[in-house]
Amino acid sequence: MKKTIILAVSLLLSPVLAQANVIPGMLEGYKAEGGSNFSAEAGKKMWNKEIAQEDGSKRSCVTCHNADLTKPGKHQRTGKVIAPMAPSAPFVAAEEGDEPRYSTEKKVEKWFKRNCKWTYGRECTVQEKGDFLMYLKDL
Amino acid sequence: MNKVLLFAVAMMFSGQAFAEDFFTNLFRFKGVKPMNNDLYNESCGECHYAYQAGLLPKKSWEKMMLASELEDHFGEVADLEEADRIAIRDLLVANAADTSIYKRSNKITRSLAKTPDVVELRITNVPYIKRKHKDLKDKHVKLNPKVKSMINCNKCHREIDKGIFDDDTILIPNFGYWSDIED
Repeated sequence: MKKTIILAVSLLLSPVLAQANVIPGMLEGYKAEGGSNFSAEAGKKMWNKEIAQEDGSKRSCVTCHNADLTKPGKHQRTGKVIAPMAPSAPFVAAEEGDEPRYSTEKKVEKWFKRNCKWTYGRECTVQEKGDFLMYLKDL
Repeated sequence: MNKVLLFAVAMMFSGQAFAEDFFTNLFRFKGVKPMNNDLYNESCGECHYAYQAGLLPKKSWEKMMLASELEDHFGEVADLEEADRIAIRDLLVANAADTSIYKRSNKITRSLAKTPDVVELRITNVPYIKRKHKDLKDKHVKLNPKVKSMINCNKCHREIDKGIFDDDTILIPNFGYWSDIED
């Protein structure tokens, strides 16, 4: 009997464990920090918004992440291949130690910070970050 | 009695391990000190090869790891969490070229001694390293799709993770071993 219960519970948990996705928890966190009504629509709009840079060129998230978010992107300057943003895209480890997207909060925040600064010249607000995650999470 | 025996046996084995470690390391003082730090690999290695600290002197790492410098890290935003930034800076400074007993680190330090006022941030600008790469052509690096840039050390230096840069470990993709090309 005990074994059956253990088996049932592990079967129930296995899809959750396999996907270990930090997005829902992060959205809760942003709510607690003052964000509200996160919208995929707003996230999409900002994702595609082009920002004029000092050198006259334009930059948006699409510049490096590929217009098709289920496909890998390419860094505009360095040429580094960037893993697809869509959680549905199959995970391919480029190097040893690579982990799927959205598996650690720290890493998501690290890249929010860097990429918001690189693209918009400032850090993103919790509202904006929540909107982005709403947009990305179901792709 | 049993305990004494156990202790003696344990000592014997640890002595052997120590000796092995000592001799392998003795051998390895030739290159630069290898680095195996998860935080460093994760924080810096996500974008570029996690260069050994022994490739630049202390003052270079101190400057590079300033929060204000990381904001514009060769044109990229490379912000780190404050605790991580400090930890990585300390790791790099503690293992910098001018604190190292490794042969190539010493050569790097000596080659920089002629310009004491310069704080070099680019490993590729270190005179010793520049000199070592002077015979490379664009076709080997820049125009080579499997190398692309001098910043990708590990594309040709196949034993770099062990801190080894010897000629017989240099294999240029699409061209072959450097020792064969050179002649």
